[in-house]
Amino acid sequence: MMRLRLIPDDTTLQIIRWRRHAMVGSVAAIVVSAVLFAAIGLNFGIDFRGGILIEVRIPEVPQVTEVRSAFEGAGLGEVAIQEFGEETDFLVRIERQPGGDEAQQAAVETARAHLASTFGDAVEYRRVEFVGPTVSQDLLRGGAIAVLLAVVAMLLYIMFRFEMAFAWGAVGALVHDVLLTIGVFSLTGLEFNVATVAALLLIVGYSMNDTVVVYDRIRENLRKYKKTDLELVLNRSINETLSRTVNTTVTTIMALGALIVLGGPVVQDFSFAMIWGITVGTYSSIFLAAPLLLTFGVRRGTETTGPKAEGERAA
Amino acid sequence: MTHVPRWQIVIAAIAVVFAVVYSAPNFLSSTASWLPGNPVRLGLDLQGGSHLLLRVDSDVVLAERLESVLDEIRTRFRAAEIGYTGIGVEQLAGGLTLTDPAQAEQALELAEEADETLDIEVDGGGRLTFRLDADAEKELRISALSQSQEVIRRRIDETGTNEPTIQRQGEDRILVQLPGVDDPERIKRLLGQTAKMNFRMVDETASIPEAIAGRVPPGSELLYEDDGTEQGIPIVVRRRVGVSGDNLVGAAPVIDQNNQPVVTIRFDAAGARRFGDLTTENVGRRFAIVLDGRVISAPVIREPIPGGNGQISGNFTFETASDLALLLRAGALPAPLVILEERTVGPSLGRDSIAAGTLAGQVALLLVIIYMVAVYGLFGIAADIALAVNIALLLGILSALGATLTLPGIAGIALTIGMAVDANVLIFERIREETRRGRSPVSAIDTGYRQALRAIIDANVTTLIAALVLFQMGSGPIRGFAVTLAVGVFTTMFCSLIISRLLVLGWLSRARPKVLNV
Repeated sequence: MMRLRLIPDDTTLQIIRWRRHAMVGSVAAIVVSAVLFAAIGLNFGIDFRGGILIEVRIPEVPQVTEVRSAFEGAGLGEVAIQEFGEETDFLVRIERQPGGDEAQQAAVETARAHLASTFGDAVEYRRVEFVGPTVSQDLLRGGAIAVLLAVVAMLLYIMFRFEMAFAWGAVGALVHDVLLTIGVFSLTGLEFNVATVAALLLIVGYSMNDTVVVYDRIRENLRKYKKTDLELVLNRSINETLSRTVNTTVTTIMALGALIVLGGPVVQDFSFAMIWGITVGTYSSIFLAAPLLLTFGVRRGTETTGPKAEGERAA
Repeated sequence: MTHVPRWQIVIAAIAVVFAVVYSAPNFLSSTASWLPGNPVRLGLDLQGGSHLLLRVDSDVVLAERLESVLDEIRTRFRAAEIGYTGIGVEQLAGGLTLTDPAQAEQALELAEEADETLDIEVDGGGRLTFRLDADAEKELRISALSQSQEVIRRRIDETGTNEPTIQRQGEDRILVQLPGVDDPERIKRLLGQTAKMNFRMVDETASIPEAIAGRVPPGSELLYEDDGTEQGIPIVVRRRVGVSGDNLVGAAPVIDQNNQPVVTIRFDAAGARRFGDLTTENVGRRFAIVLDGRVISAPVIREPIPGGNGQISGNFTFETASDLALLLRAGALPAPLVILEERTVGPSLGRDSIAAGTLAGQVALLLVIIYMVAVYGLFGIAADIALAVNIALLLGILSALGATLTLPGIAGIALTIGMAVDANVLIFERIREETRRGRSPVSAIDTGYRQALRAIIDANVTTLIAALVLFQMGSGPIRGFAVTLAVGVFTTMFCSLIISRLLVLGWLSRARPKVLNV
């Protein structure tokens, strides 16, 4: 029977030898992300910026310009109109109104009145959302705390399951993935909202998952090949788990690909964030997480056999 | 390890039966009443509905309380002949300045007697500042919150909305979820009014132009009467409340003999007596019906109205009359509500999302199933069967738990499909390796399942941590996603470690292969 083998059985890539290139590339990518974030910033959705989002279906298929002209003289500040999915569907984004929470509510009514006077009763409201300044600040703070909390929780878990060098290596890879995702959102101007933060948390989880599998093998091989050079052990471990890493990434990206193509416009940005994050997460668990162990230094030989290293794998 | 304990077979069988039975309603178009389960509950973003987050502006209640405390203090100071100026409430503190700072001690004593819950400060210049102490403030805010929740529930119930959720959140927020409501404008309008109503006499001695110029007689105030215009007609009304809306026990919209919509009202016993007295004493004069600081109408009392039944006429359409009657029946809010957040999804978007999400899930499932067979052959089939059981189990548990499936939740299921096979990938890769190292099939499979276990647990715990954090931070849809993800972690572990292993071992003991073709 023919089998699909993306990674041939006897693959031995000299990944550890490429580590300097990988490090330089990653550091450069992180710097670029930071610069993009500082220069362009994230395109916050209404969740984090406050404001109004209305999705309408107008059966007579107007042009974007017609929809835009409906809001002329409404005094709502910046109104962005975008075709959304079907050609009858439009997404109207209205910037946060000056004033407090009450002002947003009043602006929703103004917007509806203007749409009704231009297009009549045929307008169908598929979605009306507004987020006032109080809630948007809460959500932004909550999102930032959640991502930090997740990273710290992962750090603690790895400290508990492995030794310290592994925890730093894993978190290094993790921070890399989060920063690169933030960078790509700055670059593309894709909307950054609560769903994107959820995607970031999942990326954190997934990246960790990938890293842990490689680390688990490193730990096992460190015990098996006590006299072998650390670089060789790392390289061997990465290669042994490479097939698994690639296969899992492929199946996950297949599922996300189905979502991005078929899942409808609402989940598209989320799926994009996940695909990007999983791609960099896979890269970082192969090219960063393991080589970082060389940087942070793993204890070897007789002195490594602390209670943590030996105890749990009697199996 | 190749020996399968009987309890594992039993548990696996129970799980499969549970998965099939409880997930079945989700796949059948009509509700099959003989099945114990129900389809999984859909979130507002899928079934359509409105989510409103409200803030109770309980500062208003505190200010009202301080006003009444100041009234009490006024009376006491007058009796004790203590002079003062600049009395008023500002930024949740009442204040006044004594004309004679030497009276400070006596004033302080009187003020403390007037209300025990006050924190009072006196400065050298004879300025007294009153604040409610922390306990009293907290109690007032909490009671405003719970009263508001009650009134909101009554108002929404009156509109006939199905299964609304009205929850308190934090110290001053109320979350209202209205499934199936795609145009919440009426409900927002109903919640936007405190609906404090009272009946007061019109001050007919006052001159309107004088009042507009700012010279309102003491004990009266300038209000505006509704006439259909934005501004209304100016009218001077006495501050003293004749009868309060709290005494109403019934209200209904009717069409009167002039074919005009009006609201009929009924008072309780105390209200009826007061209303009777008021109308008896003031025949020929006008009284004003005041709602939230605006005069609805100010009719002339033609004859005494005993018995406690009255009628409010005004500039009504039948709809506004019905809404007013509803508000009066449901009672007044203790404080105004501010809408902090609204998320309303129409039924068509919800349907589209379900269709798109389901299609994406099915395609994801198909792709992964094909890929697994292509890569792992027979073992892939075992993983695919485990995956199918996994999805059924996940849906079954979500249905049985009464969890809510949201659009991000569907994305979570699609993601679970992609990641669920990870555990089996780990195991099969390990079996492959062990086979290459020359182990026998039995030994390779045994080692594969055993060695991969550690990595599988570590990997799933990390996903679980992400899910827990998501649940903590999330609201509504994101929470639904977190629940889906967390349940998915457990079903995935179960299916990859038990179901797929039973299948592989079952095949092993029957086929007894000499070489493994993983």
